[in-house]
Amino acid sequence: MLLWIHQHQEYIYIVILMIFLGIEIIGRVPSVLHTPLMSGANAIHGVVIIGAIIVMGKAESDNYLALILGFLAVILGTINVVGGFVVTDRMLEMFKKKK
Amino acid sequence: MAINILTLIYLLASVTFIIGLKMLSNPAHARRGNLIAAAGMTIAILGTIFLYKDDEGNSLHNYGWIFGGILVGAIIGTLAAKKVKMTAMPEMVSLFNGMGGACAALISIVEFNHVNNSINYFNGSLGNGFVLPNFSYSFLLIICLGLIIGSVSFAGSIIAWGKLNGKIKDFSFKGQHIFNLLILVIILIITSLLFISFPDNIVILFYSVLVLALLYGVLFVLPIGGADMPVVISLLNSFTGVAAACGGFLYDNKVMLTGGILVGAAGTLLTILMCKAMNRSLKNVLIGSFGGTAVAAQGASKTGGAYKEITVSDAAMTMSYSRKVIIVPGYGLAVAQAQHVCHELEKMLEEKGVEVKYAIHPVAGRMPGHMNVLLAEADVSYEKLEEMEQANDEFKTTDVVLILGANDVVNPAAKTDPASPIFGMPILEVEDAKLVIVNKRSMKPGYAGIENELFFKPKTSMLFGDAKSVLQQLVGELKNL
Repeated sequence: MLLWIHQHQEYIYIVILMIFLGIEIIGRVPSVLHTPLMSGANAIHGVVIIGAIIVMGKAESDNYLALILGFLAVILGTINVVGGFVVTDRMLEMFKKKK
Repeated sequence: MAINILTLIYLLASVTFIIGLKMLSNPAHARRGNLIAAAGMTIAILGTIFLYKDDEGNSLHNYGWIFGGILVGAIIGTLAAKKVKMTAMPEMVSLFNGMGGACAALISIVEFNHVNNSINYFNGSLGNGFVLPNFSYSFLLIICLGLIIGSVSFAGSIIAWGKLNGKIKDFSFKGQHIFNLLILVIILIITSLLFISFPDNIVILFYSVLVLALLYGVLFVLPIGGADMPVVISLLNSFTGVAAACGGFLYDNKVMLTGGILVGAAGTLLTILMCKAMNRSLKNVLIGSFGGTAVAAQGASKTGGAYKEITVSDAAMTMSYSRKVIIVPGYGLAVAQAQHVCHELEKMLEEKGVEVKYAIHPVAGRMPGHMNVLLAEADVSYEKLEEMEQANDEFKTTDVVLILGANDVVNPAAKTDPASPIFGMPILEVEDAKLVIVNKRSMKPGYAGIENELFFKPKTSMLFGDAKSVLQQLVGELKNL
């Protein structure tokens, strides 16, 4: 256990710091922005697409199962990223202050 | 060299996510924040495609497949996001979230197959650590975690999407929470078995976990009432964040790790904030089925009785001779897409010297901020929108409150009836005004599925009809006055 912690201390630091940062960042958000913020966060966890790209790019050219699953993952991940950012932008467009 | 540039790109991307989220929580910079995060995401994706090298220094291949997938996904995503109506926003977010969850689960499945195939080559030569060219127990554990969280998030998001657009009805049975808990325990047991019996039977155990996790996602969301859906979507959103972070561990990829954990933490806090806005605890949301249950039925038996109707011309007349009118928008306004004509009515009344304001309940409509978005779209000025606390002070000096398709957020039972499922939720206290006009399509209860005494009060008059056509008629009447 101790050894494991020692080996992965870098990760453990990152995770702990990120948790506090995530909480700190949105600590005082007005309720009006809850939905766009949710949508924006939804787009950000689209980073999972990077994993999909790596899976896809590492698959052997004759491993059809990996290719097909990876291809699906790339499509779904892209929908998450692109759709997420576009929808958030559309929502926020509505908040424009009138000149 | 390339790999060092990629490290720098990932570092930049992580920082853009942090800055983007920070700016998203402030109305003045929110849009720019979103764009900054999107830019960071773009460079991270492109950098991965062209610069990524695995431990042996091999670049990625299958470029055709990758670009094909990105192209298809980008087209679908853009079209879906552009086409969706403002009223259907929460469903859309839920659907996108489900896609992310499914993506994480698929990555786990592919990686598991890698592990399974490599067992034949290095039988039992287990190393220890996250990032090994072969695998380790930690690696397998992360794969399982990603699979479970991703699947739950995917299945749950699809159910939430179905519920919000009315395709799926609330469904709960006695002892459902116990049953759900049991499934969760079984998932954990099977996962442990996978490690204990390793490497025998792992394929069958792994896919059992997948099936059960999907089932759990469905059952987890099914009993939760529609009014609580935004909270659930926000929670599933943070799940997907954690699933994405699992991918970060798998590939020793800091940008996935930081982005995922960031969303996981921020999403969890956001979920709690949303609950606070509705004055409900997260526990109640998840355990107390909201709406359509036996509890709600009991509350309904108390009311019923006579309600008054008012004609359009009387309503127009009354409002035009008032000093102050407050409009309470709700989901009915959103469904009817009546925000523009509502703004028109507001202008007509102002011309006649009536002061018009809007009272916005934090959870009016189907999500926090829903009404603000709609009214802003119709060019209603920001200053006219009052938050709940301000509005509640103003009702006392208001002549007419016009309620447009809002129901649960003005239900006095939240203050008076401890048996009511919405008991404790702060409401707009419209009864303080001299007269309340309620526009609804029928006497059917609102989203929480409970009767509203307000409609039967002596001060209240009902104005039946679709919000858009009623408002058009009101505007027409005002023109003729």
